[in-house]
Amino acid sequence: MITTEQPNAQGYYGDFGGRFVPETLMPAVLELEEAYQQAKQDPAFQQELDHYLRQYVGRETPLYYAERLSESLGGPKIYLKREDLNHTGAHKINNALGQALLTKRMGKRKVVAETGAGQHGVATATVCALLDLDCVIFMGKEDIERQKLNVFRMELLGATVKSVDQGSGTLKDAVNEALRYWVSNVTDTHYIIGSVVGPHPFPQIVRDFQRVIGDETKEQIVTQEGRLPDAVVACVGGGSNAMGMFAPFVEEEDVQLYGVEAGGSGIETGKHAATLTGGSAGILHGTLTYLLQDQDGQIQEAHSISAGLDYPGIGPEHSYLHASNRVTYSSITDDEALEALQLLSKTEGILPALESSHAIAYTMKLAESLSSDHTVVACLSGRGDKDVEAVKAHLGGGFHG
Amino acid sequence: MGKFSIDTAIQRVLDKGDKAFVPYIMAGDGGLDQLESQIRLLANAGATIIELGIPFSDPVADGPTIQAAGQRALTSGVTLKKVLDELKRFKESRDIPIVLMTYINPVFTYGPKRFAEDCEASGVDGVIVPDVPLEESDLVSNALKEHEIAFIRLATLTSTPDRLAKIAEQTEGFLYAVTINGITGVQNRFGDQLGNHLTNIKQQTDKPVFAGFGVSSPEHVRELTAYCDGVIVGSKIVDLLHQGNEEEIQTLIQSAKTAHV
Ligand SMILES: Cc1ncc(COP(=O)(O)O)c(C=O)c1O
Repeated sequence: MITTEQPNAQGYYGDFGGRFVPETLMPAVLELEEAYQQAKQDPAFQQELDHYLRQYVGRETPLYYAERLSESLGGPKIYLKREDLNHTGAHKINNALGQALLTKRMGKRKVVAETGAGQHGVATATVCALLDLDCVIFMGKEDIERQKLNVFRMELLGATVKSVDQGSGTLKDAVNEALRYWVSNVTDTHYIIGSVVGPHPFPQIVRDFQRVIGDETKEQIVTQEGRLPDAVVACVGGGSNAMGMFAPFVEEEDVQLYGVEAGGSGIETGKHAATLTGGSAGILHGTLTYLLQDQDGQIQEAHSISAGLDYPGIGPEHSYLHASNRVTYSSITDDEALEALQLLSKTEGILPALESSHAIAYTMKLAESLSSDHTVVACLSGRGDKDVEAVKAHLGGGFHG
Repeated sequence: MGKFSIDTAIQRVLDKGDKAFVPYIMAGDGGLDQLESQIRLLANAGATIIELGIPFSDPVADGPTIQAAGQRALTSGVTLKKVLDELKRFKESRDIPIVLMTYINPVFTYGPKRFAEDCEASGVDGVIVPDVPLEESDLVSNALKEHEIAFIRLATLTSTPDRLAKIAEQTEGFLYAVTINGITGVQNRFGDQLGNHLTNIKQQTDKPVFAGFGVSSPEHVRELTAYCDGVIVGSKIVDLLHQGNEEEIQTLIQSAKTAHV
């Protein structure tokens, strides 16, 4: 049976994972692993985390039955896990908060992070304000352009935002610069990585902090429906909202799990971010996993309308769940995501993030083959306010203003 | 060939009372057709070993200078395969050892076994992989061992005593002592503890210890070689080569020759 009790002592999930970092970082990575193992056993740490999750983040988040959406699709009952209702508007804060508490526990006072859509950057800047930690955020130049509002939010929260010009100026390049910064400041700085990527123990730590999504969902669906769902759907950039949602369901063999990657302009165009659909195994940012790369091992640029999914790698545990066929991974194009965003806005009055819209779009497809006896849970990882400008730019014509 | 030629080259320099100088260049920066003449220039200027960088799209251990050089090489279509083919072409006319510095992904994609085989066939004597720590070294070490190619390990300021001991034990050819917590690039000055750190490393091992990262002037070379057996100079050499400043390259490399006085 496949469970999420992985990884092994070396940080591998099957053939994937590991710790491919420069020696300068290894002691910090080992220190983090030890600090995390201790924190996990410490009731006081769990209590503090719980306290902030309830009183500050606003957990638990609802599992909302989207009746009008379900009706409009004419198939299964669709439930939405409302991570968009978290403080700062996405699931990212579950992890940022946990890691910021770990930072304090390790006696460090400085934090570095990368961000794509800006949601992880905002979440990190937020918890750093809350816990009085210095905060530096690296963000690709292109992403700064398409997520201006989040840049200003981070600055209001007291963070320093550094623009990254290298490469395509997106998430991958921001991770590179955050890693370089961490190497140069490793003695007093913790790197709050934003997804289930990077060297062990990051994929495990981030998954565990995001697991609250799946744990709540499992209880809520049983309360509301009296049974487990038939399918669970989540979008996958690095894969943290998906991993957190899937974790408690992996061992429930009757529950179908679907990870949705960004198909960009379409897989056939080569302009996409669908790592498992269109990639191959390789090593990037400290972990062995599926990557978008050429035949010489040079990493390729990812393409997606959604800055948060615009990453040429994926968490190693997803590569493992893909290789073991436990989770079905597929992709949704920019256009399909935009359509889903509009449908959810109009039928439910919920404007989803472009990232989450990929999960909604896939749920719409899935609905075609399911009947009203079925239930599907989609992870609504974030709200779409940050994307309004980008969506307007794409939809253009038909709208006023 | 292989690690023996590294050992021999270093011994020859140390026997003379000089220190070793290892210039780093990015393979294919300026065109792969320039590689042979670049290596010859550095060898004639007095280099002990050449460290040859393989360009990678995401060089997280490198600062702006080497990033830019790598980007120029990638833009001109350089690949690991092409570098190995080119090295093979003039293998016979070369008598300075070559050490490749490559991130792990191009090697992983190439296949570690095939990589080690082709390194041997191309006259590559050693390999440095900055993103492979002790914990992951099995991925390449067995293949390299089989072909007697030195697997050169890096020790850093953050390495704990037990890690340092393992690194010193496992490294082949020489031990690469990283001088700063940071990435490659020109550095103005080094931390106060660096001398002690290098002395400490020297006490742990009989193998030659070379200091690298940030070394960029004859003064640095003299300062550091007071504590160790040689230096590795990257960004500064890459810059000078890019500018075509052969004279300064010569001066820099020669500064290791009188360092022991
Ligand atoms: C709302 C939202 N969903 C999903 C993601 C993708 O990240 P992950 O795959 O780690 O959940 C992001 C990333 O920025 C996001 O902001």
